[in-house]
Amino acid sequence: MTTISPTLLTRFAVGAIAILLVGSLVVIYLNLGLPADHAWHVPTYVMSLMGKYLAFALLALSIDLVWGFGGILTLGHGAFFALGGYAMGMYLMRQIGDRGVYANPLLPDFMVFLNWDSLPWYWLGFDSFWFAAAMVILVPGLLAFVFGWLAFRSRVTGVYLSIITQAMTFALMLAFFRNEMGFGGNNGLTDFKDILGFNIQSAETRAALFFATALAVSLGLLLCIWMVRSRFGQALVAVRDAEARARFIGYRVEHYKLIVWTVSAAMAGVAGALYVPQVGIINPSEFAPGNSIEAVIWVAVGGRGTLVGSIVGAVLVNFGKTYFTGAFPELWLFVLGALFVVVTIFLPRGIMGPFFGMIDRRRQRRLAAEQSESAARASARREAGIEPDDAATAGQGAAQ
Amino acid sequence: MSMTSSLLYLDGVSVSFDGFKALNNLSMVLEQGEMRAIIGPNGAGKTTMMDCITGKTRPDEGTILFDGSVDLTELDEAAIANRGIGRKFQKPTVFEKHTVRTNIALALKESRSPFHLLLARLDREQNARIDEVLDTIRLGHLQKETAANLSHGQKQWLEIGMLLAQDPRLLLVDEPVAGMTDSETAETAKLLVDIAKSHTVIVVEHDMAFVRDLDVKVTVLHEGSVLAEGALDHVSADKRVIDVYLGR
Repeated sequence: MTTISPTLLTRFAVGAIAILLVGSLVVIYLNLGLPADHAWHVPTYVMSLMGKYLAFALLALSIDLVWGFGGILTLGHGAFFALGGYAMGMYLMRQIGDRGVYANPLLPDFMVFLNWDSLPWYWLGFDSFWFAAAMVILVPGLLAFVFGWLAFRSRVTGVYLSIITQAMTFALMLAFFRNEMGFGGNNGLTDFKDILGFNIQSAETRAALFFATALAVSLGLLLCIWMVRSRFGQALVAVRDAEARARFIGYRVEHYKLIVWTVSAAMAGVAGALYVPQVGIINPSEFAPGNSIEAVIWVAVGGRGTLVGSIVGAVLVNFGKTYFTGAFPELWLFVLGALFVVVTIFLPRGIMGPFFGMIDRRRQRRLAAEQSESAARASARREAGIEPDDAATAGQGAAQ
Repeated sequence: MSMTSSLLYLDGVSVSFDGFKALNNLSMVLEQGEMRAIIGPNGAGKTTMMDCITGKTRPDEGTILFDGSVDLTELDEAAIANRGIGRKFQKPTVFEKHTVRTNIALALKESRSPFHLLLARLDREQNARIDEVLDTIRLGHLQKETAANLSHGQKQWLEIGMLLAQDPRLLLVDEPVAGMTDSETAETAKLLVDIAKSHTVIVVEHDMAFVRDLDVKVTVLHEGSVLAEGALDHVSADKRVIDVYLGR
């Protein structure tokens, strides 16, 4: 766990946002602006792959907000991610209309297959993009609010909380696997055609989705920075480090946790909604407990409590995953395990840790110099016989 | 002792943990503006009493009234803190990852609403108040230092400073000089006596020299109830007190 000054966090975040936005525009140019046989051309599938990494980065960022700053180790954020994904998937399913295999203008194919004759009530409204977009935030947000309200009010903390977040995502996975739930069961939702009237397969739409994801990560980063830098954020870190102390000063600890937890869940939902159109499918395996744990590993690898680190961690680990599962599929799990062990032992503050550490040490040196200077001034004053008592105390304090 | 002038009124408070009676029909009255030292051997119920007053532990029986009318047994920690009761722990607990200045700022008397704090900034008056507190606890030159880097004694003072910033009507101070050097102990006694001029204070302490320095009314606890009360010379002459505590 690092102690990073808010100014430093912000500086890194601004840099990251610049790289994200400029970088994504460059990738889009290399995809759309160059002919397919050009040496620098980026294929559309690679661009969408990067978009997927960025959606994961937003998920990692949401985890860093609650874990790094709220001290809540969530092992169930995949559930919020998947719920956001399902809300987007439902919109995309409704967009298919009569172009499905069974050509039913109202019902998605899987419902026709199950002999359902009408749309379940909870599918109503999902033909509207803005309704679906609101649900992307509201559904995970509401679940997190209820879950958090119960858990934090009962003062469930630490490993117990982590375990019930695992139980939550596992229960949702089992529920979504059931055909009767009306979310496509095992197969989930797929075969998407359009988004907002644009062909979801076209390079232009893919480019827009990719840029939207980069933008969402940037906005998420700004939101996190704003929360963390505010006095709310200071109180949140206080709650993380000394919960009882914060209570006895008068902070309602459960409210602080609940707010950050709910905001984080909504962010994870947005990440899921951006992920689904770029990978073209959402199914219950997204709720698998292992997914949530993997996402926590991205944050740990990148550097917990650094915000930017979680983005770096998510992108690097997923890039590694793509490479290894392609080149040496049987090795990937070993690599992931080894990575976690190596990072824990040699880089306890994550990949970004050493960078922040370097700058922080410089700051400490400057601070020490300032202090010894003021101590020197104080002892000079003491020798001159001015306010002997106070100057002496100050000098002793600074010298320690 | 009329109930109206008392700031804190405990009547017949009992708490037991798994059959062990930590507090046994404890009654005590604290006047507005008073400073009180509480002594007693380990397990006498000193910390449990503090836990009951600050809402950490709910008594099985008894009444705890603050300011004549507020029933503290009905409220939780945050609500009690916001009514004006501050507490200092035995082991210094400060927010280690924050700077000394932020620690004080976090304790500053103000709304604790998360939504308020998302938008609020410290104004000039609040910053001046922080400077004033830093001056009082003599940590002004270390205000940018991370609290984790402070010495034990400095952390104790920082915590006292946080209490000052909180500006509570009643301060509960648990063993403020544990682990301090003799000179630090004397300084702390001076600081507490200073604070007591404008606040009502309860100090729990083992260090007899320190209690003598405070020079206030003393309550001796034993097995969860009050054994003796009065000036230090008076209680230390009490045969029962000598038997259970001082004689050892």
